[in-house]
This record gives sequence, C-alpha cells and structure tokens, in this order.
Amino acid sequence: MSGFTGYIQLVYVLTAALFVVGLHLMNSPATARRGNQVALTGMVIAVIATFILMIHAGTVTTTGWIVLLTGGLIGSAIGLYAARSVQMTAMPQLVSAFNSVGGGAAALVAIYGYYDAESRGGGVLGTTTVFTVLDVLIGSVTFSGSIIAAGKLQGFIPSQPLIFKGSRLINIGLAVVAVGTGAFLFSTASLPAMLVLVLAALAFGVMMVLPIGGADMPVVISLLNAFTGTAVAMAGFVIGNWALIVAGALVGASGGILTKLMADAMNRSLANIIVGGFGTGDSAVAVAAAADAHVRSIAADDAAIQLAYASKVIIVPGYGLAAAQAQHGVAELASLLEDRGIEVSYAIHPVAGRMPGHMNVLLAEANVPYPLLKEMDEINPEFARTDVALVIGANDVTNPAARRPGNEISGMPILDVDQAKSIIVVKRSMGHGYAGLENELYYDPKTSMYFADAKKAMAELTAAVKTLVG
Amino acid sequence: MSTALLTDLTIFILALLVGIEVIGKVPATLHTPLMSATNAIHGIVLVGALLIGVTAHNVVGYIIAFVAAIFASANVVGGYVVTGRMLKMFRRKAPEPQPEVESLNGHKGLRGLADKIGIGRTGS
Repeated sequence: MSGFTGYIQLVYVLTAALFVVGLHLMNSPATARRGNQVALTGMVIAVIATFILMIHAGTVTTTGWIVLLTGGLIGSAIGLYAARSVQMTAMPQLVSAFNSVGGGAAALVAIYGYYDAESRGGGVLGTTTVFTVLDVLIGSVTFSGSIIAAGKLQGFIPSQPLIFKGSRLINIGLAVVAVGTGAFLFSTASLPAMLVLVLAALAFGVMMVLPIGGADMPVVISLLNAFTGTAVAMAGFVIGNWALIVAGALVGASGGILTKLMADAMNRSLANIIVGGFGTGDSAVAVAAAADAHVRSIAADDAAIQLAYASKVIIVPGYGLAAAQAQHGVAELASLLEDRGIEVSYAIHPVAGRMPGHMNVLLAEANVPYPLLKEMDEINPEFARTDVALVIGANDVTNPAARRPGNEISGMPILDVDQAKSIIVVKRSMGHGYAGLENELYYDPKTSMYFADAKKAMAELTAAVKTLVG
Repeated sequence: MSTALLTDLTIFILALLVGIEVIGKVPATLHTPLMSATNAIHGIVLVGALLIGVTAHNVVGYIIAFVAAIFASANVVGGYVVTGRMLKMFRRKAPEPQPEVESLNGHKGLRGLADKIGIGRTGS
C-alpha cells in the first residue's frame, strides 16, 4: 500500500467510524435524525475520497467519467423521487427495492472484477475468488429475491405462497448448479461459468421468495437486508476496501438481528418460513371449542360509552388498520379520549406491520407521539389493569390459543389482550387471520365485536364519543 | 493466507461484533428507520461501483459501471432521504394544535399571518 492509497484508506476508516456512530445514535428517537446525518457525512466523505483516488489514478477515460456520472445522476434522481413520493404503508416495498439494487450493485462489482482479471489473462486470483463467488452468489440472490418480495408487497405478484409441483426439486437443482459452478470457478477461470453462476443465483432468488406468504414478509425483508449487507462486505473483500467491509458487516448484523426478532415473534424457525407453511391450505384446522360459542356484537354508541368512561385504554393495531388507512382516525379518537384524561397507549406486536417497526412509523405519521407506542413486553403486564382494549385489524397476535400447545400458532408470543376488563374488536367480518385459525378472543364473554371497516369505525366512534361528552 | 486478507477478515469480524452490540440497543419503535438507514449505509457499494471506472476501458466495462452506478446511487440517495423523512415524523409530543401562536416568529409564519388577515401579497 503506497502512501497515497494509505491515506485514502484512512478516510474510509473514518467513514466506517461515522457509520458506527450514526447507528449508535439511532438508539433513541431523540437522536436518531442526527444519527442519519452522521452516517450521511460518512458517505459523502467516502465518495469524495473515491473521486480523489480516481483522479489520482488517472486511468478513468472520458467515456468512463460520463458513464459513471450519468449513471450516478439517474440513480440519484430515481432514489430521490422514490424516497419523496413513497407512502409510509409502502415502506417495505421501497426497502426491498433498495435491498435489491444494493445487492445487484455488489454483485456487479464482483462480476466486473472477475471479468477484468480474466480479460487480463491472469487466471484465477487465489483467495479473492472465494469472496468473488460469495459476492456474486449472495448479491444475485438478493437482487432477484428482493424484486419478488417487493412485487408481492406491492401486489403485482400474488402475496399468497406460490408453490407448484416440483418447485422444491428445482430449488435444490438451482442450488447445486450455483454452488457447483462456484466451486468450479476456484480451479478454472471461465466467463461462461460465471454467467451460469449469475443466472442460477438469480433464479434461486426468485424461487426462494415465491413460496413465502404475505404474513412472513417481515422476516423475508430482514433476511434480504442481511444478505445485501453480506454481499456488500464481500464486495469489500474483492476490492480490498475497508469502508465496504465494515458497512456490509454492520448491515449484515442489523439484518440478522431483525430476522431473528421477527422469526421469534412468530415462534417459527427461519427454515420453516423459507420452506413455506402458513396459509398453504393444508393447515386450516379450526379450534373445535369455537363452534358452539357465540359472539356478541356492539354498536358505535355502546362502544363509545365504554371508551369514554374508561380510565385506561390500550389500542392494539394490526396491519388491517394500515390496510384500511385508519391510522389518522385512530389517532383522532385517541387524542379525544386523552383530552378527557383517559390514559391511552398503543400495544405494538413486533410483527404488527409488513416489516420490523412498520406500525410505529405508520402511527408516527398520524402524529401519535412515540412515547405512547409500547413494545409487547412492556405493555403486557398493563392489560390486567386496563378498562378497554381496542383491537383494530389485529388477529393472530391476540389469539389466546397461542398459549396452548397443539395448534398453528402455539408458542407464538402474543399480546395479553384477554386480560383486559373489556375488549372491543373492530373487524369487518369473522374471517380468519393468516394462520387460518379461529380467534378465541372473539368468543370471550368480555369481548364485543364491532363489525365495520376500520376507517369507518374510527369515524363513527369518534363522532359517538363527541356526542356523548360534548 | 496473506496479511491483507487477514486484516480484512479481522476488520469484518470486529465490525460484525460492533454491529450486533450497537444494533441490539435500537428500540423496536425505530426498527423501520433502522432498516432504511442500514439500507442507505450499504449504498457504500457506490464506492465499488465508481472504482470500476478505474479499469473499465471497453463496452462491457462501461455497461457494468453504468448499471452499478445507477443501482448504488439510487440506494444511497433514496435510503438517506426516506430515513430522514421517517425520523422527522417521530415526535415526543403531539404537534401544537394552535399554529397561529407559533407562526408569529419566523418569516414563513409572518407571511401566513399576513395571508390570514388579508394583507398578503398573494391576497388569497
């Protein structure tokens, strides 16, 4: 390492340090914005250092500059437009899209490195090849897998698990081809083999995500996030850049932690999710006890009385709330109750949204102050001294059946909604959740069902509370 | 095993441990912004994309550099902007219901006030 590149590498170390500090500042909502800015500073420094390195090298052709700058501008414009215009409900799709392009770019870095070395006739480059193969493999799988995940979330690919006869065999086949070709590349420099590796990995990414259902998306997105990070770290090994290695490792760690949290929140192993399970049709065994029990339904006025004269209310939002665009309605109802001196908080299950923490962002957008958003472990002891638990669009995560063995959701951590003194469930119909299971909470004598679309229900409840107390 | 590779591996493993330590402290409320911030951070692959230009001297090289630059820059810019947008929404308290009071200080507020009492230039 000559003096000059050594200094540049030091700048990259500074970048890596700024990334760590930035992520550290994300440990509280009060400092998180500063964290994002610190990380951005690191990024800007790295890009400037890279430009200096490129000018110093003096080998970038005019065409090269034009190509890179045009590409950079086009990409920035796309990124800016997407980031500005995206709806918060569509955040998971956007994150998936960014995972996809990040993984794709990482794969391209390795593919180019290989192509360049091969065209020089130097043959295989010793240890670099391991990382090249891993980068191409993980990067390509992430690229195509994330596109499918984004498509499922956006709805242009059916969100239910797509499994067809022999799909597992194809998966195994693709994995064998990809790994086999990768191994072949260790001993032989061959561009066609590299192409086969890319195609097999791309196909594998598609086949990996297709059989995964909509409810499992929080896990998949986290996993693909970890993949992208790993791919970027591998790209760092390929080009010997510490900023890429550190950034990739940080993202890999983050994605890994979130994947585990999400899988734990559903009490399912990663393997189980990847292989597919929920909602595949062969698992719809209803709980027998539900058949002879009956359900009590409630009208807006009665629900409003319960809410208006409560002293403590916990709102339990699920994805149904976001799907009905009822976040603002909930926030309005909640602030009305708070004005009456009622203690209102929100119980957020880790998989309440379509990605980790999704529900929190949706409620923050509706101006709900973040101290009111409580995590599962924090809020569960409070249900016992709650007058009304208002469940909106959440299903499986409130089902007491999870505490018993022998059903689809056994062992899944749930919100202890059934401990509240009374429960109001806002729901369009008696339909099942993703697990295809009857929710025993609905048959609890303390529970009243308010059958309506969440948005309409919130408007009606708010109006009813206003007439009642106004 | 070369010294360079050993150094790279050491850095990777230590960074992984630092990542686990730092990320583990992020509250669940911020998990979506966290993921989008890490999204932006893995946009550092832009550095790799740019460096392709150092040796790219033919059509294949240019095409790969072009696509990689688009991907990586979309990743960086989009990731930071959307993270900032989300974090801006996290408030400790609900926003003030009376904007008039706040609008008395600040240029934009004055104009708003002017509009309100009918002396604004736009007259609306």
